[in-house]
Amino acid sequence: MTLERELAGLVGDLPEGISEGVALGTGLADGYDLYESPIGSVVVTFNLNGVSGVGLADEDFEGRFRERTGRALFRAEPPRAWARHVPEALEAGRPGKVPVDLRSVTPFQERVLRVTAGIPRGEVRPYSWLAKEVGKPSAVRAAGSAVARNPVPLMIPCHRVVRADGRIGNYSLGNPENKVVLLSHEGADPSWLERLAGRGVRYRANTQTKIFCHPTCRMIRRSKPENVVDLHGIEETAGYRACEICRPV
Amino acid sequence: MMEDLLADDLTRRLATDLDGAFPLVVERMGRRLYWGLRRMSGDHHEAEDLAQEALIRAYQALSEYEHDRICELKLEPWLWTIALNLGRNHLRTRSRRPTFVKLTEPKGVEDPELVDGAAWDRRLSSLPPTQRTAVVLRHVVGLGIDEIVEITGRPAGTVKTDIHRGLNRLRTIMETESYDARA
Repeated sequence: MTLERELAGLVGDLPEGISEGVALGTGLADGYDLYESPIGSVVVTFNLNGVSGVGLADEDFEGRFRERTGRALFRAEPPRAWARHVPEALEAGRPGKVPVDLRSVTPFQERVLRVTAGIPRGEVRPYSWLAKEVGKPSAVRAAGSAVARNPVPLMIPCHRVVRADGRIGNYSLGNPENKVVLLSHEGADPSWLERLAGRGVRYRANTQTKIFCHPTCRMIRRSKPENVVDLHGIEETAGYRACEICRPV
Repeated sequence: MMEDLLADDLTRRLATDLDGAFPLVVERMGRRLYWGLRRMSGDHHEAEDLAQEALIRAYQALSEYEHDRICELKLEPWLWTIALNLGRNHLRTRSRRPTFVKLTEPKGVEDPELVDGAAWDRRLSSLPPTQRTAVVLRHVVGLGIDEIVEITGRPAGTVKTDIHRGLNRLRTIMETESYDARA
């Protein structure tokens, strides 16, 4: 064999890691890894823009991801800049230092989800509150479907969004009971919330400060029980002013 | 001729559908890019990092180029220009690591069958860098002299001399090896 032919034979296969690394580095594919969460093992998908999805670790997650984003998935570690913050974001129920990639939803849905991300741990808000917060008070249904399509549940805490009547309502991530599990995990009391809703309670007010709140607002929960009254609708809020922290609707 | 037609077709597709066509660049040119870099460096990780980074930079550049500029590109020499420029900086900043760390077991990093890769790495590493680069680009990667001139910025005569001297040196090394083996 001539030397030239031997040299031409020195090319082997393309190492698999390169096509995957290029796909991840160009954003043509996302990476994924498995994490523990309060409701069990979940898949977190990510790219250079941030976390693009949180889902159940079942056999179909790759297919669902491809359908939603059109991109492939490879197992990888998240970008170093924020990889170590992923477990705490899942546990705390807020993105915190983890960037979230919401390119797969509409700009309106993104606004709703960014507001949802700010609902404090252990508190809940109705869909109508989200609609008002994004400046479209009549778009309650649209706000509801934005939350239902939340690509990053747990990190963007859609489990803290409840029905207008205060009932816990549906949840998109796996077992419907998961919403109750998550709320209990962070110190909200789901059966208390259901009881309040059953009695038609929409707000609670402090008779001393004359401020009314959503029932789970930290301001009203800090009030002395003897100063707190239940309000059953906006008509009963006469004489009270709205809390500036929970901005009740 | 066939290769040229295919290359033209690929640049046209890149110009109109970058995301759809770019995986073809990786598929068609990634092998020669990686193995060329591997034969120049003798090191899997170095070659993998450089090949990966060069392809990512190429994608980023293409996403900013205008349609006609992409159509006029000679893709493979252009990729090599990026890779060798990165390689020069790479040697200065060894600490640079890729953004993503893959968790899958690497496949395809073994030498092609029937080839004693270690022996070739040893032989190639005894060439001066310019000869090694020129020999690898010409005979391992299979680029033309004019393309190597474009990539390295060295005159055609010098490139030819580098290749000629590099090959002679390899022949001498191999003769010595077979003499040693007999002895």
